[in-house]
Amino acid sequence: MRRKRMMAAVMAAIVVGSLAFLTRLLEPKYMGRIVEGALIAEYYQETTDHDVIFIGDCEVYENFSPITLWEEYGITSYIRGSAQQLIWQSYYLLEETLQYETPEVVVFNVLSMQYNEPQRESYNRMTLDGMRWSMSKVRDVLASMTEEENFLDYVFPLLRYHSRWSELTADDWTYLFHKDKVSHNGYYMRVDEKPAGTFPKPKKLGNYQFGDTAYAYLDKITGLCRENGIQLILIKAPSLYPAWYEEWDQQMEEYARDNQVPYINFLDLQEEVGLDFATDTYDGGLHLNLSGAEKLSRYFGKILQQEYGLEDHRQEADLAAVWQEKTEFYHQMQAQQEQELQEYGYIRKFSEEEE
Amino acid sequence: MLFTSYTFIGFVFLLFALYYTVPARWQWRLLLAAGYVFYLASGWKNCVFILVTTVSTYVLARRIGAYHMQQESYLKEHKKEMSREQRKDYKAGIKRRQRRLLLAGLLLNFGILAVLKYTNFAIHNVNLLLSAAGSARQVPTADLLLPLGISFYTFITMGYLIDVYRAKYPAEQSLGKLALFVSFFPQLVQGPINRFDDMKETLFSPHKPDRQEIAFGLERMLWGYFKKLVIADRMLTGVTAIVGDPQTYGGIYVFVGMMFYALQLYADFTGGIDITIGIAQVLGIRVKENFLRPYFSKNIAEYWRRWHISLGSWFTEYIFYPVSVCQPMLNLSRFSRKHLGDYVGKRMPVYMASLAVWFTTGIWHGASWNFVVWGLLNGLIIILSQECEPLYARFHRRFHVDGTFGYRLFQVVRTVLLMSSLRMLDCYRDVPLTFRMFGDMLLHSRPSQLFDGRLMSLGLTAADYGVLTAGTVVLVGASLLGRKGSVREMLSRKPAAVRWAAVYGLFLCTLVLGAYGVGYDSSQFIYNQF
Repeated sequence: MRRKRMMAAVMAAIVVGSLAFLTRLLEPKYMGRIVEGALIAEYYQETTDHDVIFIGDCEVYENFSPITLWEEYGITSYIRGSAQQLIWQSYYLLEETLQYETPEVVVFNVLSMQYNEPQRESYNRMTLDGMRWSMSKVRDVLASMTEEENFLDYVFPLLRYHSRWSELTADDWTYLFHKDKVSHNGYYMRVDEKPAGTFPKPKKLGNYQFGDTAYAYLDKITGLCRENGIQLILIKAPSLYPAWYEEWDQQMEEYARDNQVPYINFLDLQEEVGLDFATDTYDGGLHLNLSGAEKLSRYFGKILQQEYGLEDHRQEADLAAVWQEKTEFYHQMQAQQEQELQEYGYIRKFSEEEE
Repeated sequence: MLFTSYTFIGFVFLLFALYYTVPARWQWRLLLAAGYVFYLASGWKNCVFILVTTVSTYVLARRIGAYHMQQESYLKEHKKEMSREQRKDYKAGIKRRQRRLLLAGLLLNFGILAVLKYTNFAIHNVNLLLSAAGSARQVPTADLLLPLGISFYTFITMGYLIDVYRAKYPAEQSLGKLALFVSFFPQLVQGPINRFDDMKETLFSPHKPDRQEIAFGLERMLWGYFKKLVIADRMLTGVTAIVGDPQTYGGIYVFVGMMFYALQLYADFTGGIDITIGIAQVLGIRVKENFLRPYFSKNIAEYWRRWHISLGSWFTEYIFYPVSVCQPMLNLSRFSRKHLGDYVGKRMPVYMASLAVWFTTGIWHGASWNFVVWGLLNGLIIILSQECEPLYARFHRRFHVDGTFGYRLFQVVRTVLLMSSLRMLDCYRDVPLTFRMFGDMLLHSRPSQLFDGRLMSLGLTAADYGVLTAGTVVLVGASLLGRKGSVREMLSRKPAAVRWAAVYGLFLCTLVLGAYGVGYDSSQFIYNQF
């Protein structure tokens, strides 16, 4: 009897161990050229609260630098953003964030208002896989799944990633049990430059009206901030592409007016910010590079400080120590990218030539 | 609810748990409810058809059965006062009434099947004739739904009705039990086409959980999923690429496609049946085997006795025998003996009945000419091979190769190649194209084409080919082992750790190597379409 029990225990351990090992091995690590899938999970390593939480898509995590906000204004901030983050994903990430802390300001980038339905599985996974399990995540997954997806694939990622067995790379083994930090409080750093060129003429749309679902989640974000006494700021980042239509802008202005929340369209403030799309973007105007993100952060930091009265925490020893470490890592990565750029003409990590 | 969907797997495991929790006398009712839940998942409208078939069969079978009883008691009661002639007349009267009821059942149910499955095929052919006659008129096709498993449950119920008519067993008195027999969900989508007398005992009796049987059932299910997900669904990519682009993939690639499809179909269909039998076994229900290593057959006739056994035996019992002894066939035999001699006259009814069976087998598989031609070609090859038997006998008298390993291997390879060639009709689903590609395979087949890079453009990577090769080796190995007895029983005699390692290894292989989930097109079992 005892032997049988022992054997059952050993078998159970082998089953659990092997499945856990396979899951870890086969899950994408996002440590190579595509790091966007690693952004969401890094939030859980935070040890201190933040004055500002940014939520949104690439237009927040590539355009704002929390380190600059700290260095210039002593404002603590974190970007909970991921690639093509849909509005309901931003809402549920905010809901989850509020389980950990209550910021003074939440900044939401409104580009995702254009999507009223789930879009792509690969982007869903980059946003949702990194989230810790909670009711927010459950609701987020249910709201985000495309038709081809299944909830169980999120519960047991092995069911989703099993087919990666034939695509495993050295990274999958290197990052089996640990991951490198890839962001700076959610900010994705790029120091390279690619001047903005011409973009295809924006397509005429049949209907410019934002969808009901998008509005419903925007209402939820507004409501959640109001309930928690948080100042919500709606922004449209100054990315030149994809197109931000005049009709969309009007709807946002109207919404902001009706709900008494500020709305800042940075596309109209490029000169005031000091952006030069010949040098401040790394991909031809879609996203800002470090120089552009720092300019935008300096400009926005002033607004946060002057109009919303956010305090300067640089004199608080505990916080300063934490941010000192972050700042060092930031400048270290900046130096390394600049050096690689000088040496190779590209940043090795993000270059196809290195693959 | 696909067998390979999470929903189905969840549904089945929930059922297993409930099945052994409810009082044993409620088990068959639970299965009936499960059958209808499963069926409802395919659309509530489908349920109307299965209900009509079930209720009509129940009513008619009971009426036919009642006539049997009436006849028996009447004859017993009036045994002494009735002359032989009177008894014969009375029986004939009863038979007439029973036959009318049987015909009503057959017409109604085969009628439903014919209308739903074959109307558009008929319209398509009428349109072809109209075009050929130069008419611009075209009959519009009908928008008809094809209820899940209709070919299977219609054959199951009609087999039952005929058996009751033949007094093979009495009619089932409980509508619920008959409904369970018809809607037993594991067999609904791809068979086997079970017989009532084989199933009634095992299906309606209470079952206590038997650890060994449950383990065997789960292992059988796992083996089925391995075949379906690791082999069949992976192979599907290659088959689809080759068949979908005949311009690019001619010559040797036709042969590659043909062999890929042979393997895919085998893994798909037997995998599905393994899941069916496995589920039933966990529930304590014994379902007859539907395959007996068919690719190891020495000829096509034997192949058909070992492939989809339940369908073959259904056709033999309900079409071949009645057709070969029906009055017109006997007349034809007499006519043939008189005008063409004894040899032809003796064979005529058998061959005509064979062709009828093969025509029906073909059209049962699908409402298109490729299936009809496929069925008839099967029949013709079997007839030809029977006619050539004297030649074979002479060959064997001269060369003593019969029974040698080399000759047996030759026979097996021949069967595989012949059956795979015929299956090309199923693959390309276009008769002229199939013959053209077959010709291309024979006339322009250059093996060097295999190394021109196209093999890697079929949507299969080197890793996929590796998995398919290993999977096929496992499949053939298991079949070879299976000749000595049940592989699972052999495994059960090994130490527990060995058994567990083998089963868990198979589970991990299926989990990791299976072609399922996002990025793969979830494919139905091929036989679901029939």
